[in-house]
Amino acid sequence: MNFELTDEQRLLRDSVDRLIGPAYDDLAHRRRIAAEPPGYSRELWAKYAELGLLALPFSEEEGGFGGGPVETMLVMEAIGRGLALEPYLATVVLCGNLIRLGASAAQREALVPAIADGSLTLAFAHLERQARYDLFDVGTYARRQGSGFVLEGEKSVVLYGDSATKLIVTARTEGSRRDPQGITLFLVDADAPGVSRRGFATQDGQRGAAISFGSVAVTESAAIGTVGGAGPLIEQVADIAIAAIAAEAVGAAAALHALTLDYLKTRKQFGVPIGSFQVLQHRAVDMFTALEQARSMEYYAAMMAAETDAPARRSAISAAKVQINKSARFIGQQAVQLHGGIGVTMEYRAGHYFKRLTMIEQAFGDTPYHLRRLDAGGGWLDAA
Amino acid sequence: MDLRLTREEIAFRDEIRTFLCENIPEAIRNRIAEGRHVGREDYVTCQRILNAHKLATPNWPVAWGGRDWTPMQRYIFGEEVQSNNVPDPLPFNVAMVGPVIIAFGTEAQKQRLLPPTANLDIWWCQGFSEPGAGSDLASLKTRAVRDGDAWVINGQKTWTTMAQWANWIFLLARTNPEARKPQEGISFFLVDMSTPGITVRPIQLLDGGHEVNEVFFDNVRVPADALVGTEHRGWDCAKFLLANERSNIARVGISKSRLRRIRALARAVPAGDGSLWDDEDFRHRVLQVEIDLKALEMTQLRVIASEREGSRTPNPASSILKIKGSEIQQATTELALEIAGPFALPYHDPEAEYPDGANDLPEGFGWADTAAPTYFNYRKTSIYGGSNEIQRNIIAKMVLGL
Repeated sequence: MNFELTDEQRLLRDSVDRLIGPAYDDLAHRRRIAAEPPGYSRELWAKYAELGLLALPFSEEEGGFGGGPVETMLVMEAIGRGLALEPYLATVVLCGNLIRLGASAAQREALVPAIADGSLTLAFAHLERQARYDLFDVGTYARRQGSGFVLEGEKSVVLYGDSATKLIVTARTEGSRRDPQGITLFLVDADAPGVSRRGFATQDGQRGAAISFGSVAVTESAAIGTVGGAGPLIEQVADIAIAAIAAEAVGAAAALHALTLDYLKTRKQFGVPIGSFQVLQHRAVDMFTALEQARSMEYYAAMMAAETDAPARRSAISAAKVQINKSARFIGQQAVQLHGGIGVTMEYRAGHYFKRLTMIEQAFGDTPYHLRRLDAGGGWLDAA
Repeated sequence: MDLRLTREEIAFRDEIRTFLCENIPEAIRNRIAEGRHVGREDYVTCQRILNAHKLATPNWPVAWGGRDWTPMQRYIFGEEVQSNNVPDPLPFNVAMVGPVIIAFGTEAQKQRLLPPTANLDIWWCQGFSEPGAGSDLASLKTRAVRDGDAWVINGQKTWTTMAQWANWIFLLARTNPEARKPQEGISFFLVDMSTPGITVRPIQLLDGGHEVNEVFFDNVRVPADALVGTEHRGWDCAKFLLANERSNIARVGISKSRLRRIRALARAVPAGDGSLWDDEDFRHRVLQVEIDLKALEMTQLRVIASEREGSRTPNPASSILKIKGSEIQQATTELALEIAGPFALPYHDPEAEYPDGANDLPEGFGWADTAAPTYFNYRKTSIYGGSNEIQRNIIAKMVLGL
């Protein structure tokens, strides 16, 4: 067992930090970028590409970086620290892994270079109004027509779905609405006839979209992976995404904790720094404890995200998400409380971390959902 | 980064597990699993078995019967001892005074005291806390005065764990009341409990058991070589000892074992048409504690890995082990209390003997009578070894720079 990074990983971490760390230091700049389409910086996205970050999960043979969950973790931590707006989770983590694990060699050959050079952005059009966190609750329907399919249905809260050039859409090719079997992934041009997108801002300054598919015709070759057999892949990639946002949460929570400590050391009341008050010191320690426990589960999630034993992976990822959610909520709330008035304004960074942490809690399963999932799997955590 | 045990580490773990299960009497392990009273003889029996296989003092130098183990092997050993319900080798001997004698003692003290300390022929107790010196240990008032070739000790110690079973005590006493700072006038002594003038008075804890004591010193004359290390520099020994005490402080193995038992009992306890385990709310409460424990285990492993990686400064995460470990231990006792339900009420003398696996107690379920006493008893875990509030003070200052 070791927790050490390799030299290459250290190099990656340092260069990602240099790129993303200071990019959104200026909150006014961040607000301007978020307000204008596409809601992130294309200039910065090109630099992600230059560093090789967009090629991260793909194998070296197909022009990728050959990175695994640890490399993803390092990038996502930096994104968390930097409050970055780029669609890395949507394009690289979610769609990139769906393609890496599900797509044919021909599809990968066509898609991977375009993802890697930054010209192709993707969004995972999966969630539906009725589904909440149930990954297999898919009502969108793909009807056979000739050699292809016609898609019909509506998707909600598609992360960065308004600006993506292509969408990976889940649709049912057989079975009833909540059947784990019978779901297929389709690669669809975002401007294909019948696709209509309504973009919106998210609470944390990012972008989402509601997307409807009205008689959208696709060819057979648009299917990614086996027709009707996408269920396990969706679940696996959702688990990879949870490990990734766990890392983003730890990056954000660590930065927020550091910001709070600075504030406690510099803000004076009654003639002394408020950090000299024991009740505030103990609160800061409890935040530190929550942070270290979250960091431990971040590493555990990174280790287990690539686990081939699916039940073990599910339990580990759910356990990690529960811990991350709990720590994120505690650290976020307490950081705002310890900052006082400035903590509840848009003008100061602390509140933006708090908002991102809260949205991470809501994404890919909240605490009750993951407790139920862990429970359904028997719950006993025996790794290492 | 690879968070799995290596093949060698897994083999080592299996070897330790097999050894413990085959060599430590099952009756003793069952009593510990059930939260029942474990007597002096049980501790001595287990430690002597371990010592005969050079497993009682693995943390000591090889020359004194220790093992040249990696931090990970030491951790695995401690974890296997705890999760297989084997009593820890007596911490006062093995983790506390032994290393102090090795680091600060004379050759004669080492020769005379270390072998019986390892074999539990000498049972040590710890004379640190006093009625007026708890969290503020340096304010202690017990005095030791040089008189010819002897020291004369007067004063009182308290919360002295298992002093009723001890035949030696290590203690801090003030030798220079005029020192500039209170820490600078303290010395560290090793005292035979049979010396005239020592009285032990039991203090009964909330579970009804006899675990701690007051120890009184009334003109106790001890030889000059009762002093360890330099006169007036006992605080150095104390700090060294307290730093060693931190190892395995998270007690992950004990909490794991308790959670396994909680799952088994909840399945056995009738509730409604099924068992308590059918209650989703209850299962979720168990899961929350298990998740917290998994995170703590990973935190512990991070600390051990950074030790091995030869980091000079301790991993800051090590500072949370005591707080989180004690909170989780307490949470497991709350779950056990919940399982016992109304059958937690009947009181039984914890030190009374009754047959193994007794299910025919006068009231309630045979296992349920330990739930409340253990819950009461475990409140100590957030108080001893530096209360959790003192731990927070230390982290705020040393780690967060507040």
